[in-house]
Amino acid sequence: MEKDWLDHGITILVVILIFTVQMLITTFLVLFERKFVAWMQVRIGPNRAGPWGLFQTVADALKLMVKEIFVPRGADRTIYMLAPFLTVFPAFMAFAILPIGPSFEFVHGDKTHVVAIQGANLNVGILWLLAMSSVAVYGVMLAGWASGSKYSLLGSVRASAQVISYEAALSLSILPVLLWTGTLDLQEIVAAQSGWNWYAFGLLLIPFVSFFISGMAETNRLPFDLVEAESELVAGFHTEYGGARFMFFFLAEYINIMTISAVAVTLFLGGWNGPWVPVQADPAGWQVALGVLYFFLKTFVLLFLFIWIRATLPRMRYDQLMSFGWKILIPVNLVFLMVLAGLVVMQEVGAWPAGFFR
Amino acid sequence: MFIGAIARGMRVTWRNMFRPQVTTQYPEEVRPKPPRFHGRHVLNRYADGMEKCIGCELCAGVCPSSCIYVRGADNPPEAPVSPGERFGYVYEINFLRCIFCGLCVEACPTTAITMTNLFEMSFTDREDAIFGKDLLLVGEEGESRHEGKNYDPLSLSKRGGWMRATSPGGDADYEGIPGWPSDAGRGVETAETGQHNLPSANAEGSQEGSGAVSEGHP
Repeated sequence: MEKDWLDHGITILVVILIFTVQMLITTFLVLFERKFVAWMQVRIGPNRAGPWGLFQTVADALKLMVKEIFVPRGADRTIYMLAPFLTVFPAFMAFAILPIGPSFEFVHGDKTHVVAIQGANLNVGILWLLAMSSVAVYGVMLAGWASGSKYSLLGSVRASAQVISYEAALSLSILPVLLWTGTLDLQEIVAAQSGWNWYAFGLLLIPFVSFFISGMAETNRLPFDLVEAESELVAGFHTEYGGARFMFFFLAEYINIMTISAVAVTLFLGGWNGPWVPVQADPAGWQVALGVLYFFLKTFVLLFLFIWIRATLPRMRYDQLMSFGWKILIPVNLVFLMVLAGLVVMQEVGAWPAGFFR
Repeated sequence: MFIGAIARGMRVTWRNMFRPQVTTQYPEEVRPKPPRFHGRHVLNRYADGMEKCIGCELCAGVCPSSCIYVRGADNPPEAPVSPGERFGYVYEINFLRCIFCGLCVEACPTTAITMTNLFEMSFTDREDAIFGKDLLLVGEEGESRHEGKNYDPLSLSKRGGWMRATSPGGDADYEGIPGWPSDAGRGVETAETGQHNLPSANAEGSQEGSGAVSEGHP
């Protein structure tokens, strides 16, 4: 189908909408995290800026934006200035491939237009996420290197090692989903989970847990936040950053958390699937809205889990982190992948009932 | 893999979410200060309004951080400021240097300087950190001149008992016994309980001693 100006306009509109929603959710995610952690510590949390502290993050962002841009003397100026953008750009891009709601059609003139609530429906789908999260390491690495500070350098060395190690586990826990559905297309992966066939409810619970844990390590969250371990490295790779550039790192971190949660929802928790939202060619308007709501509701549950774990667990030791990644997560995923591959082959030759264990 | 331990820890944080929060909303709510709180100093008056400070500079001498500056002057005979020969006509405390140890309170022979539960002393200028007599001296009715937001004019009546207990300006009968002179502060103060681990007769005696109304000057 040839795309006309309306299709391109819709795409641009959807992209702008997703970007706005992403920014808004990230802004409030910071507040939610502070509130939840405060409640778990029997405190109140931010409550001064606006009702219930709703504008706390906005005030923080404004403060950071008007602060002086400062380059330390030992820094490599060009790379130092560039690194925050190298971190925040992939963070935004990774979210673009996720189908947020069911696609719907509308007729304009004599032509039917399909609106996919998705930044871009790439045929490589989930590989884009892996590519973007790999590119994001460059920002962290270069930030630490260019700062000319020992804390930054140590933080970025840790970040590179940690992210590269857990990237393997992350990819290996995505592979079972691809093997089971036989496609990289995220729309089809979501469609395959319709009617409560969420992968996390079946055999694929193991890769889901593994994905969540390695996602936590990938986004440098507690208990894997050795990259920015305050008690050891001041702030890790962004020690020497302030003002708007620090804000970009901060933003990227929270966008990454949201992206990991959203990807986990898409791959394992049925995406926008839920009651009264069937996978069909032309859903009603309220069904589309409900689908979007389900998607964000599920994402929010995972985000809460992130925050809950952060409030509970202490930081891991570095050798524990590495041995957990290489000696437990990756072997478990490899074995599971082999078993699953065997099951798929058995299903194809008919030695295993189709649909069993989904 | 410690899953049980992690689950138990997660349960603790989950339960904590529903417990009442312990935060005090500070500028609106103020927790009561402990009775012996080492807040900022005040200069006291006798019941008739006379200043207690005699300008002896013992407080300045004992101050470990040298934050007190005192100059004494002879009392004008027609309008004496303090009972006796001299009075402190300059009295300054630099609260950037003060460590709130309370040694000046112990050193004072007339209980002129005592500590209070006032603690809101923010200033935007280093000059403003030096409190002169205009701020330190209590008013005619014994109220402290304080610019804090949560200022309670009657807070001086809740002044720390420790300073009173260790001030040496009391009755000779009670020498060496923790107690306080009946004329400490402005007017009569009730005794603070719970600090007398002494033979009961002595402890009661010192408490009764403090109950007497101060008629004149020592």
